[in-house]
Amino acid sequence: MTGIINYGAGNIFSLTAALDRLDIPYGMINEVDELAIYDRIIIPGVGHAGAAMRKLRESGLASSISRITKPVLGICVGMQLLTAYSEEGDSPLLDIIPLNTLHFEKRIAEKVPHMGWNKVFHENGCPIFDNIKKDAYFYFVHSYFIEYNATFTAAFARYGLKFSAAIQDRNFYGVQFHPEKSGEAGERLLLNFSNLY
Amino acid sequence: MLAKRIIPCLDVKDGRTVKGVNFVDLRDAGDPVELAWQYSRQGADELIFLDITATHERRKTTVELVKAVARQVNIPFTIGGGINELADADILLHSGADKISINSAAVRNPALINELADAFGIQFVVVAVDTRNVGGKNFVHLNGGRLKTDIETEDWIKEAENRGAGEILLTSMDHDGTKNGFDCAFLKKINDNLSIPLIASGGAGNRQHFVDVFQQSNVDAALAASVFHYGEILIPDLKAELRRHGIEVR
Repeated sequence: MTGIINYGAGNIFSLTAALDRLDIPYGMINEVDELAIYDRIIIPGVGHAGAAMRKLRESGLASSISRITKPVLGICVGMQLLTAYSEEGDSPLLDIIPLNTLHFEKRIAEKVPHMGWNKVFHENGCPIFDNIKKDAYFYFVHSYFIEYNATFTAAFARYGLKFSAAIQDRNFYGVQFHPEKSGEAGERLLLNFSNLY
Repeated sequence: MLAKRIIPCLDVKDGRTVKGVNFVDLRDAGDPVELAWQYSRQGADELIFLDITATHERRKTTVELVKAVARQVNIPFTIGGGINELADADILLHSGADKISINSAAVRNPALINELADAFGIQFVVVAVDTRNVGGKNFVHLNGGRLKTDIETEDWIKEAENRGAGEILLTSMDHDGTKNGFDCAFLKKINDNLSIPLIASGGAGNRQHFVDVFQQSNVDAALAASVFHYGEILIPDLKAELRRHGIEVR
């Protein structure tokens, strides 16, 4: 069963609705002991990365996440939390994957936030992209991005620059887009993750 | 490259879609959830629900609608109508709305934009603006375009952006309902000075009008209602036409 870290950062209604539609069973993780119950973990999150990190620390879960050996999927800000640092609020994050989360503004000429459907190119056989087209569209809403990195970027997208649409290191996965809002490709990705052990 | 978005708009009253909907394969043309699902299957990129319920029960029916849509539909959607304070927006966010749209309430109380952006992030806040050309200048209109204000549209949009709007939905009342095409020149003028996404609304009558608005004004998204509801334009055909003109769509 999939556990969702419930630390109060944004709304998880859309995520649980998507899991319901896909018949993926799930439960909520409110404290450290509950991490052991589930086969895999989702870290959701919208809003401010610094604020999300603070809430995660207050929940007492922050220090345990890096020790999880089961599959972990961070979505949007939940993905950014896996990185070392965010320019949003000048915040140190979980530092599970040694990358930085940077602001689009001043780095690109395009409008910020990056909002809408963009092509995602997965490269190195990351299992959450199984049976998904190489240039499938996913829905993004974000002003901060994770830098592209040849080692940890599992999929990239382009918006003024090339950035990480998905990252992976060992059992830790992160997606910048919202699979729960990304039509059939997004549903496929959630199903793929739910099959990981 | 970010794809240009096509957004059908549904008017909802007491939990049912109003204005005619003439769609094949619908069991219940008045059910906004079923209509939303059909649009998502056709390739709509996003949906906007405008709730014009006027009863005291409005908040309850709106929340039920938002939950039902969020349960069934796998693309993002915005809900507008009757959002006057933070608490209205909060309950819609937690019911699964991706964005809320505010119009008159923002004009009457511009600080509402700041409050919403601070509380929920700018990506959640769409400011809808109804504009009409009066004596060569564009002025913001309220109450569905019936009430003129003295606020110039360009000034208001700039203010909304500065206060924390994440997106602007601009409806040209002079074009709305005419099916003669979008107000491309004015949309371009606004878009050239905007650093947040702009949704064009008002005037869509055929597929070429969408080609024109993307090519001439470079807006991020285009919205329409009746041409989609009556099946005059099918979204897959529209997207094929846009692609033929080199416009990136999903």
